[in-house]
Formats: sequence, C-alpha cells, structure tokens
Amino acid sequence: MKYTEEHEWLDLDGDVVTVGITAHAAEQLGDVVFVELPDIGTSVTRDDEIVVIESVKAASDILAPIDGEVVEVNEVLVEEPGKVNDDPEGDAWFFKLKIEDASTMDDYMDEAAYKAFIAD
Amino acid sequence: MPVRSDKGNSGILNTGKDGPLDEELKHTPLYDLHVELGAKMVPFAGYEMPVQYPAGVMAEHKHTRTKAGLFDVSHMGQVVLRARDPDDAALALETLVPVDVLGLAEGRQRYGYFTNEDGGIEDDLMIANRGDHLFVVVNAACKDADLARMRAALEPEITVKLIRNRGLLALQGPAAVEVLAEHHPGVRDMRFMDVETLPIAGAECWVSRSGYTGEDGFEISVPEAATADLARALLAHEDVNPIGLGARDSLRLEAALCLYGHDIDSATSPVDAGLTWAIQKVRREGGARAGGFPGAERLLTAMAEGPARKRVGLLPDGRAPMREGVQLFASKEADRPIGQVTSGGFGPTIGAPVAMGYVSADLAVPGTALFGDVRGKRLPVTVATLPFVAPGFKR
Repeated sequence: MKYTEEHEWLDLDGDVVTVGITAHAAEQLGDVVFVELPDIGTSVTRDDEIVVIESVKAASDILAPIDGEVVEVNEVLVEEPGKVNDDPEGDAWFFKLKIEDASTMDDYMDEAAYKAFIAD
Repeated sequence: MPVRSDKGNSGILNTGKDGPLDEELKHTPLYDLHVELGAKMVPFAGYEMPVQYPAGVMAEHKHTRTKAGLFDVSHMGQVVLRARDPDDAALALETLVPVDVLGLAEGRQRYGYFTNEDGGIEDDLMIANRGDHLFVVVNAACKDADLARMRAALEPEITVKLIRNRGLLALQGPAAVEVLAEHHPGVRDMRFMDVETLPIAGAECWVSRSGYTGEDGFEISVPEAATADLARALLAHEDVNPIGLGARDSLRLEAALCLYGHDIDSATSPVDAGLTWAIQKVRREGGARAGGFPGAERLLTAMAEGPARKRVGLLPDGRAPMREGVQLFASKEADRPIGQVTSGGFGPTIGAPVAMGYVSADLAVPGTALFGDVRGKRLPVTVATLPFVAPGFKR
C-alpha cells in the first residue's frame, strides 16, 4: 500500500491500482454527502481532478495519482456517500486505474512515512 | 485532496496538518470545556470556536432536532442600552432600526436589523425590553461596528455598554424546555420571545425563549465565572449534547434563518430578503413613527414597489450540494444568471442538499425549475417554500 500527500491510498494489483482516501482524510472531511465519479474509460493524467467529494463542510477533489485509464468505479458511493466515513480504507474505494508505468508508485509514501506525515 | 470551497474549516486537507491558530484569537469562557470535549477548534469572527465535536456535524444536527443541543454563542455581542427614562432608550434605538422598540413590552424580545442610507442591512440583532434597560445581542463579526454605530448615535443621552463579563449559551431542541425546567420550572411558562431574569445553577441568568435553529429553545446570558459550570450542568443531562458551528449553520439554513454577511449584507434590502415582517406598522408609511431610521425613504419606497429579486428556498434535484456563490440560470443554455445561492449545503434533517439564494421576482414562485452552475455543469434545482423544516417555537 502506498500513500499520497493528498491523503489517497493506492493499492497496486498487477497493472491496476485501486484508489481511496485514508481514514485520516475521511475523519478530517467530516460526513461525506456527495461523490461524483469519473466515467469508465476516461484517460487521466497525474494530478487531474477526477473525483469530487463533498462533505457537510466543503467540496474537495481527488486527483489522479498516476497516468492511466479508469477501468472501474465504485458506484455504491454515489448512492451511499456515507460509506466513505464508515470504511474509507476498505469497501469505500473510489476508482481503479489501469497504469502503464508501475514504477511511478515509487514516488509515493509507504505506511510508516504517511503516518509520520500526518503526525507532523 | 485539495479543498475546493472552504466554509467553516481551515483547509486542513490542503496541508494534512492542523496549522497553528492565530495567537490573537480570543477565547470564550467555554474554551477549556470545548477542548476537553474533543472539539475541532477554528477561527471564527476573531474567536477560537468549536466547529464540531467528535460526533460530527450530521449527528449534532439530528440530535438538536430530536433532543437538545448546547451551543456556545459567547462570541456574540451583548450590549445594554440605558437611559433615565427607558422610553428614551427605545426611541433612540428606533433611529437606527426600523423596529417598533417603544411598543416592545417589558419581558419581550424582537428581531431587527440596523439599516444604512441605501436601505441595506448593516447587521441583524435581537432587542429585548428588560424593564429599566434594553438588552441587544449582535453578531460577533459586526460587534465593533455595531457598538461604534450605537455610541455615535445614542451617546451621551443613552449609555451604551458592551457586556464583557457574561457568557451566552443557547439550549435548543424539543427537549430544551424540560432540561432547563430542572434548573428553574419557570421556563415552562415562557412563550416564544419572552425574556426573564432567573436564578439558574446559582447564577443570575438573562433567559429568552428564542434561538437560531428553528427549534424551541432558550438563549441564556450568564455571568462569565458561572458559564462553564452552567454548561457542564446542562450537558450532564442525557438529552443534551454539545453542538458546534457546523451544525449551527445547517440547522439555521433548514429553518431559513439568514446569516449576516451571506444571505443579507449592506447591499441587501430587507424587502428582497423577505424581512419586512420585522418592520411593525407604526414604523411604516402612515404609521405614527413612520421612517426615522437610516435609508427609511428608500426602504419604504421599495416596500411599496415590491422586490425585484427575492430570497427563496432552493432544492437541488440531484445529490450535489449547491453552495454559496453558485450562479442560477433560467435554462440550461441561458447566458445571464437570474440569481445566485447565498447559503447552501447538505440538510441532515431533509436528507438532501438544501440552499437559499436570490432570484428575480418573476422566477421566485415555488416549483419553478432553474439550473445551478456547479463546477461548470448546469444542474437542475427547484424553487422551494421556506422554511425547509417546520418551526418548533412555543407561541
């Protein structure tokens, strides 16, 4: 598992990476009330804003962590956005990206580094 | 995860850490209690205030609607106006507000607002007749300006005193009356907008049956030294939870209560805002004390002509909240906006996004289909009757 400074977690399986937000981010956001997901088949470039997530407090974006193509999205979150608060690092993943260059995963933090990052 | 619009928090997710709060920020008498209760503290109108407790905005909101919530509103400005003859204080205040202050009976409170020469609103306030003096409560962000305004217009004949040594609590929700009655049964007999001086938890409290949530409840001015003890005594009741500014905002939005600086401001006419009910007959055209407040002519003319735009309720058809600043259009293709959202978010009691905003008067009829521009997309939204939730006031 890898982590971004934007509080996303990335789980690589073969050439597909699953992306969600961390428990820390979900807690800071507060109750999530709206999720807008990208279309399947969308080609994305790193740092593209591809998900909109709104909590009772504010609207935020989730950025594409790596270049790739959206191959799956978690439609359940559209109907039940509160799942993001219930299980952010499990069932409430947002999208899966098929990536070409898995080495870009090395740009991101491991769990220990992320824990240090949020404790800072 | 960049934060797009940031209301009520300090952009925490931009940095991943809590930035140090400005050292200049003031604390209310409940600061230590908020921290002890695990509140997330944010800067608000010069104070460090709780935006939410661990329960979170959604749970705090629902708790207030079903049981009782305790709010710290000690940041608001409490001001006493005193004259040798109390009627003089009432008449003097009438030069600043379009409200019938002279006709306000002892032990009663009224909503009002300071107007400006353009007929706009400088701040909104509560005015209470406490017998030998008037007690007014103004918004925290406008406190200094309001004080200066009252001092300039009323002194030296009227003494204008900012009360610095009292906290202010709001106990709101259907269970509020029975909770407070355990401390003083007299509160059961108070009607909506009654004010009384009552000993509660050993302190002299100035109590009004009013609030900012759309629920029955009380606002309690309490000596500073007794504020934390009273808050703890109220929180000791199983029906009472602490509620932060986040839920205060969603509660007042569902109740269609205006937030100064958002739904009303110095460029907003009370006519457009639908607040002329606060101008009693005696201050209107043909009344015994008609006009006599800043911008009276413009305001009374606007009342006669009717509004060009109106404050309305807005229910987005989808799940996407329409927040402050969202532009409203009559159609998907229209070039020019016909209005905009001034307050918007998720309404936990409604279970859907809710908003208030201004639209041109011809499009203000409930049921009118409009479009809001959210992130470049025109999303459908319907004009709705306000308030979104039925008020629980005890008339």
